[in-house]
Amino acid sequence: MRNPYQPYPVRIDAVTVETEDRNLKTFRFSFLNPGDEERFSYRAGQFAELSIAGKGEIPIGIASSPTEKGFVMFTVNKVGLVSSHLHSMKAGDVMGIRGPLGNWYPWERMEGKNVVIIGGGFAFTTLRSSIVYMLDPANRGRFGEIHVIYGARTPGMLLYREELAAWERRDDIHMHITVDATQDPAWKYNVGFVPAITEKKAPPAGEDTFAIICGPPIMIKFTLPVLEKLGYPNDRIIMSLENRMKCGIGMCGRCNIGKEFVCKDGPVFTLEQLNRTPREY
Amino acid sequence: MTSTTAILREIAARLLSSGAVEMVIGFRQGTIPMMNEPCFVRKPDEVGHLVWDSHCGINLANYLTDRKEKIGIVAKGCDSRNVVTHILENKIRREQLVVIGVPCRGMADKRKIAMKCPGEILRVSETATAITAEGEGFSRTFEKADVLQHNCSLCIHRNPVIYDELAGDLVEEQQGVDRYADVRAVEEMTPERRWKYFEDLLAPCIRCYACRNACPLCYCPTCFVDESRPQWVGKGQDPIDVRTFHFLRAYHCAGRCTDCGACERACPVGINMRLFTKKLEKDCRELFDWEAGLSLEARPALDQYRPNDPNDFIR
Amino acid sequence: MRMLLIDRRAWEEGLKRAAGDYRLIGPVKEKEFHSFRPLAAGQLPDFAFQNSRLSPKHVIYPQTEPMFTYTLEETREDRHLLREVVRDIPPTAVVGIRPCDAKAFVLVRLNFDTPDVQDPYWLRAYEATTFIGLGCNAPCGSCFCTTAGCGPFHEEGLDLLLAETAEGFTAKVLTAKGEAFARAAGWTKPAPEGTEAALQELARAAEGRITSFVQTEHLKSIPVNDLYHAPFWDEVSFACINCGTCTYSCPTCWCFDIQDETRGKAGVRLKLWDSCMYPLFTLHGSGHNPRGTKLHRVRQRFLHKLKYFVEKYDRGIQCVGCGRCVRLCPVNIDIRRVCNMMNGYAVSGEACAIP
Repeated sequence: MRNPYQPYPVRIDAVTVETEDRNLKTFRFSFLNPGDEERFSYRAGQFAELSIAGKGEIPIGIASSPTEKGFVMFTVNKVGLVSSHLHSMKAGDVMGIRGPLGNWYPWERMEGKNVVIIGGGFAFTTLRSSIVYMLDPANRGRFGEIHVIYGARTPGMLLYREELAAWERRDDIHMHITVDATQDPAWKYNVGFVPAITEKKAPPAGEDTFAIICGPPIMIKFTLPVLEKLGYPNDRIIMSLENRMKCGIGMCGRCNIGKEFVCKDGPVFTLEQLNRTPREY
Repeated sequence: MTSTTAILREIAARLLSSGAVEMVIGFRQGTIPMMNEPCFVRKPDEVGHLVWDSHCGINLANYLTDRKEKIGIVAKGCDSRNVVTHILENKIRREQLVVIGVPCRGMADKRKIAMKCPGEILRVSETATAITAEGEGFSRTFEKADVLQHNCSLCIHRNPVIYDELAGDLVEEQQGVDRYADVRAVEEMTPERRWKYFEDLLAPCIRCYACRNACPLCYCPTCFVDESRPQWVGKGQDPIDVRTFHFLRAYHCAGRCTDCGACERACPVGINMRLFTKKLEKDCRELFDWEAGLSLEARPALDQYRPNDPNDFIR
Repeated sequence: MRMLLIDRRAWEEGLKRAAGDYRLIGPVKEKEFHSFRPLAAGQLPDFAFQNSRLSPKHVIYPQTEPMFTYTLEETREDRHLLREVVRDIPPTAVVGIRPCDAKAFVLVRLNFDTPDVQDPYWLRAYEATTFIGLGCNAPCGSCFCTTAGCGPFHEEGLDLLLAETAEGFTAKVLTAKGEAFARAAGWTKPAPEGTEAALQELARAAEGRITSFVQTEHLKSIPVNDLYHAPFWDEVSFACINCGTCTYSCPTCWCFDIQDETRGKAGVRLKLWDSCMYPLFTLHGSGHNPRGTKLHRVRQRFLHKLKYFVEKYDRGIQCVGCGRCVRLCPVNIDIRRVCNMMNGYAVSGEACAIP
């Protein structure tokens, strides 16, 4: 019997500070044991438990893409006991990763369709995974137009800034980066909240267009009515939820919304599914 | 229906009709023998739910914490002392409350009664001085005084210490009660024996925290046992962690505990954790001449500093 | 199914013999109530009980269970790596478990033994255990098993069912595990013709003594959001003090926490009972709590048992009617009352029109 609580041992290869407040760091891991990388085969949108002996585990979305080989990558906000300890760790340190866990964005359903990705703040991690996945030469042809609306409080709070700039330069993806406010005269992108930018820039709604939305509760709250106004059907609005988790495999009982476990039946749900269940997240 | 019940309903209906309070907190008839359920009543035509008998042992002050409404609160002696403590500790304002005092003759100990019966108790009835328990093939009548909760048998504040309404005549307080015989017995043990005694006492604990949560004093937003940064106590069944929880909880109640018995009553595995809080109650009385919750004017023992404190460490 | 006859002597000697092959666990009186504990050599289970105060779920699912050990000693090659703790579980028999508590394990198994992932700690213990049930001749006044998908002589989850008679016991062998235990105990004497009918008669009589019921027939069809937004939760949850008594005493509650505990450089990752009644259960790192009030938490407990579980598995309610939470709740919150309120709740156009 495979023990689903047993993490794969990993080594931290690199730590990158992502944001100007230094609260977000990206960790690149490689697997210590041969074969574990293959066993940790994941899809964009899944998460894993980062496991630190003596501290505990935290569920974090996988920021790397399945098309990126040789490492896995997570961007972690410094919040609690485990994430604070992780922020104090450095390249070469050994810890564990348990997963991949949960479901993923509905890649099969979205094949041949347009995709608009709407993200805010540090909830951009599995969205990065998704963008890298779709832009991979082997996959780009399987999707229609790709739009990305991504906002943060300030330019310095955007994740993956170099990649964002590189995507801006491409012609097979429409980037709509925005910040709430900035004094930076060099800022050449949008200024305004994500819901407002969505209203202006989101592609027209239709059977052939999916919206993936991931961000802080306040952004979700004000963006959903915009999508509704634009005519996006509820089963084309895809959301990724967060809840407190321990087991990550649908057993410990705390992350449920109605009968669905966010860790196992989610974290990805359509708005149509969420409308049918108590929204305790 | 006892006359106290009738008076309570009349008072509650009057307070709700006049708008003096938005809700009355009291007890409704329980679904099993010897248990009543704390409840609230918001409309005058619902006051028929309210009851009073010897099974109202839960301390209702617990339900006042941080509430915003104007509340009529049914309070026996100990509840009223915890209402006082709640007011002193700013968990509720005096102006929000209409205290409906109930002079109390003590609450029945359901475990004591169950142990004296040969089978499962299916029905219980009572008179002013006796309680009758019936089950399949048996009926037993007990003098109420013989089956009181231990804390009630030692109670010297049966009458509410503050009240705005009174549901019945004041009762005579018990005189000459030796409140601390059990504490003295533990004090007299050798340290080794005492340690063993505590170990046995706490061995059945399942850390459900019923004792803590039934206690009106335990309103911390995050209890020290739940704190994760730093984590003071382990979460498992390690006896050291179990003891740490019980000992520290008792100290947090020092000078505040009214020995209402809510903790012991709530415990699903029958632990008498009152021994710990009573020891501190005894110390407060002997060292500071302090009894909790008797007055809105006096500051609690651990809430004041005196230049002539007998101990050096504090000067 | 084979029926056996076990007289008093065969009972005592049989248990002694079986103790050679099995770790025996049975009801034992401790202070004022019974608990399921390992039986000492020669010790007989004490059947002078209605049921144990707390459920025997700890036999399979200890309140505190080590999952992994680790070392933080930097000089050690295996520093920071988790080593699985494999609990040594000898063949075990729970002797005298009540049918409700055995059925509870069947329900809990749905959670821990799923098609794609299994909890090895729970499952290994469950598979190593034989359940020797004791039919309930005199159910409690607060038992409601017959309307909770169970009954005083319910067989699901049992390997062998005992019925107490004047001479000793009759036993119904239900599974190969039960057969193996009977063999180990040397219980071979076939019961006379008609014993099975007598057992059925005992069961019927016991069922007739149940006086407490729940209604569950509409729970599945009432829309979940209607129940979630039903107006009665404020009243239902008012008395709750958010302790863990109901969940810890419940044979079907399975929620758990995972915690690391380190002493010096050595540590252990533990699986611990947890409770949906505790605010910390769902508290996010950000401070946000999706079940931040006791109304949320009480509603979660009842909806989980009586609605989410019903919908998810289509196996009835997540409750066997043992009545422990009813008897032990310090403030008398009664699942029977709440179940009936939920089952009777319907939002229809007409109901909404009532002022």
